[in-house]
Amino acid sequence: MARKVTYLAGIEGAERELTVEVHDLDADPWPLGAKLKYVGTEVPRLDGVAKVTGVAQFTQDVNLDKMAYAGEVIAPHAHAVVKSIDASAARAMPGVLAVRTSEGKRVTYAGSSVAAVCATSREVLADALAAIRVEYDVQPHAVTVEEALKDEVRVSPRRSNDTAGGRGGAMRRGNPDAALESAEVKVEAEYRTAIQTHSALEPHGSVVSIDKEGNATVWASTQATSGFAGGRLLRALELPRGRVRVITEHMGGGFGAKFGAQSWDVLCAEFAKETGRPVKYLLTRRSEHLVGGNRPDSIQKLTLGGTKDGTFTVLAGETWGTSGNGRGGAGCANFMGYTLPSVRMLQHTVSTFTARGAAFRAPRHPQGFFALEGAIDAFAAKAGLDPLAVRMKNDPHPVRQIQWKIGAERIGWKRNHRKVAGSDKGPVKRGVGCAAGRWSQAGRGNWSVDLTIDSSGHVIVMNGAQDLGTGTRTLLAICVAEELGIPPATIDVRVGDTRYPPGPGSGGSTTAPSLGPAAREAGLRAREALAALLGVEWKTDSEKVTLEDGVFKGPGGKKATFQEACGLIPDEGLRVRGTRRRNYDGYNRETAGCQFAEVAVDTETGVITVERVVAVHDAGRLVNTMASRSQVNGGVIQGISFALYEERQLDENLGDMVNPTFDTYKIMGMADCPQIDVVLTTVVSGFNSIGMMGLGEPATVPTAGAIASAVYNAIGVQVRQLPMTPARVLAALEGRQQ
Amino acid sequence: MTQGSAPAAAETRRKVHMQLLVNGEAQEVAFLPHKTLLEVLREDMQLTGTKHGCELGECGTCTVLMDGEPMLSCLVLGIECDGVEIETVEGMATGAGPHPLQTWFADLGAAQCGYCTPGFLMTAKSILERDPNPSREDLVEELSGNLCRCTGYLKIYEAIEAAAKDMREGSQ
Ligand code: FES
Ligand code: FES
Repeated sequence: MARKVTYLAGIEGAERELTVEVHDLDADPWPLGAKLKYVGTEVPRLDGVAKVTGVAQFTQDVNLDKMAYAGEVIAPHAHAVVKSIDASAARAMPGVLAVRTSEGKRVTYAGSSVAAVCATSREVLADALAAIRVEYDVQPHAVTVEEALKDEVRVSPRRSNDTAGGRGGAMRRGNPDAALESAEVKVEAEYRTAIQTHSALEPHGSVVSIDKEGNATVWASTQATSGFAGGRLLRALELPRGRVRVITEHMGGGFGAKFGAQSWDVLCAEFAKETGRPVKYLLTRRSEHLVGGNRPDSIQKLTLGGTKDGTFTVLAGETWGTSGNGRGGAGCANFMGYTLPSVRMLQHTVSTFTARGAAFRAPRHPQGFFALEGAIDAFAAKAGLDPLAVRMKNDPHPVRQIQWKIGAERIGWKRNHRKVAGSDKGPVKRGVGCAAGRWSQAGRGNWSVDLTIDSSGHVIVMNGAQDLGTGTRTLLAICVAEELGIPPATIDVRVGDTRYPPGPGSGGSTTAPSLGPAAREAGLRAREALAALLGVEWKTDSEKVTLEDGVFKGPGGKKATFQEACGLIPDEGLRVRGTRRRNYDGYNRETAGCQFAEVAVDTETGVITVERVVAVHDAGRLVNTMASRSQVNGGVIQGISFALYEERQLDENLGDMVNPTFDTYKIMGMADCPQIDVVLTTVVSGFNSIGMMGLGEPATVPTAGAIASAVYNAIGVQVRQLPMTPARVLAALEGRQQ
Repeated sequence: MTQGSAPAAAETRRKVHMQLLVNGEAQEVAFLPHKTLLEVLREDMQLTGTKHGCELGECGTCTVLMDGEPMLSCLVLGIECDGVEIETVEGMATGAGPHPLQTWFADLGAAQCGYCTPGFLMTAKSILERDPNPSREDLVEELSGNLCRCTGYLKIYEAIEAAAKDMREGSQ
């Protein structure tokens, strides 16, 4: 039951006709240039008022009657066996409801839980935790990649650190050996990036409450409301999934580290069951940095070869990184985006005694593109070619070809790119640079969005997925609004609750393109239902009832406003469901993006100031350009922070993190915020009825690479290690870099 | 039920009773003497608009105004607030409607996840009360204690400047 639809997709200047098989129930895809009223406009978020008045409730804000508090004693050692625990003083404290200890536990990272307390107040909890005495038998450890790879340290939580260390990923295409041999221009360099912690302002955690009938409600700061209650949590509650309600009304940032229930959430559930009280546990800031997830670090050795005219022929490389004691995850996307006929790449995830990494906004990408773009700059310099021209020459993406030109124009490449790098007079030198980005996310899954309308015209749209601040609520409203011809602000959207149809976890920029088409279809079904009611009323075929500019029209000049049409809805109300189906064959799997940066480097102090970033991005058809702009701003700012400030420092002797606070682990603040010029190129992706793609991740991919490229242009030497701290800049200037 | 009642009684005895002046209203509050103002507001007065981000004085999400000055409420004890006028985000809107800062923050999208928003709003309010036309440099200086991870930094500047303009024009 499918039909064929032919329509125009892609981007103006590189458009293409697509013929796709569309399910009978699917809406016709909107073509390039479709006249839409709400989709593609600037719509303030629906929950904006709740957020500026303090009404918006986050998990951290949930306070229930008789609520108890949980907390943990965490190990200060990277590797140790718990010899003994004396919790007698804690147990005797008034207000302590339950205590757990883990004698004999083998600790494999600092921050690991060894004892836990549930108490009637946060004060009693703090006293009880402080009163627990733990004795450790400290074991040898390696907490950094370099330590772990040393021969004499043959210890690893996964016992896998043999010569190459940990699990690797290998990839090979073309004929890299011959291509390396015959390359006319060849550059070889090592690039390094540091471990970055997610640092969401709301910590991880939950509140678990079990009612008198034995049903549980869990408020969680999660990116996956519908999938939160998994095996361990359900086992702790001894309940089937259907009796556990999960609520994420608002959440204060996740960035990839907050999916299913984690050990602390399970602990909350266990204590709730044991004490018969609601229990709350949100991690401390120190634990957030220690165990709340992180982006693995990287050491990337790359060799890029090509011809004298600037055509790449080969990329070879080997990388190492640690994702803590987890398996895999420390790879680098350093071989993507450009045409590279021959590739030889070996990537190692080295196991260390640290808490495991987690998906972090565009996993593998910012670090990979930092290195690859650095190698491209070095290649262009050696070949005596303009680095932008070299990028464009090797870029196969039709959209990015357009974007490079837009970005170059905006940053003033011709004027501002120093022909001779580092040639500015005086101690403060300026330069511009650029880098590419990529992502690939057209959405997936057969998610459903429910919609009800009553006779007063009140429209409620429901899906269980959460709004991380990305604007999911508003997005659903816009997609429905377009079909119903009513303003998005009049639509009541309810998300973040397992009482509604399940929604996707928000990872990989999936939420918008996964739910948008379902919401559009819900709107379409509602419109059809209203047309059917009008058809009966007007004694005509419902197919003859149309909706134009928010007014229903029928034969013989019949007219009804949306409100009037809703007046025909019977007491039972109107309820429809929109469901997303398979993706179609689209225009281009990859979303394109590129960024340009302008920096000033003080060569006496080593301080880099990012003055301007031009960010040109494609995310398919944009539904809410205000939210899209915010996503790009956020991606750029996290990218600058990654490039210049963030570094989780581990003490090799103690195995602990030495900077687990915002005073010592720097994230970018207001003072360092440059001018950001966001250019959004609309590309009808063709993969779904709206033509959407995800945008959360791609916006942060090119930033570090673009800044490093600009720094190189400013001072004439590459700073090959992130963050580019003043000390590293000075070392590079003095030729002291490894 | 019996399980919790003995310690709860013990805690009640230790509580101090104080009058706090919050958002223009004098209220009788009982709380433990070592609680921070942040805890008193959030746990004993149910004013959870003021956020808890680090409890270490590093993130700015807990910013409130004390006699008009922005303060990190996680670093102030509740018992220090005798006779102090405290303002929180819940008190920003008046009978006449939302504060211009609230309107512009919402309209321009200065709040993404919104966790940092109340802190930024309170700091911005104190800035505009002292200086109706602050420069970008002034804003940078005064807001540097407020972190945002999702970022609205640019939108935050724009929203404050738009609100300042509204307020200047409104008061003429
Ligand atoms: S909670 Fe007070 S500064 Fe972070
Ligand atoms: S909007 Fe999320 S921390 Fe600022």
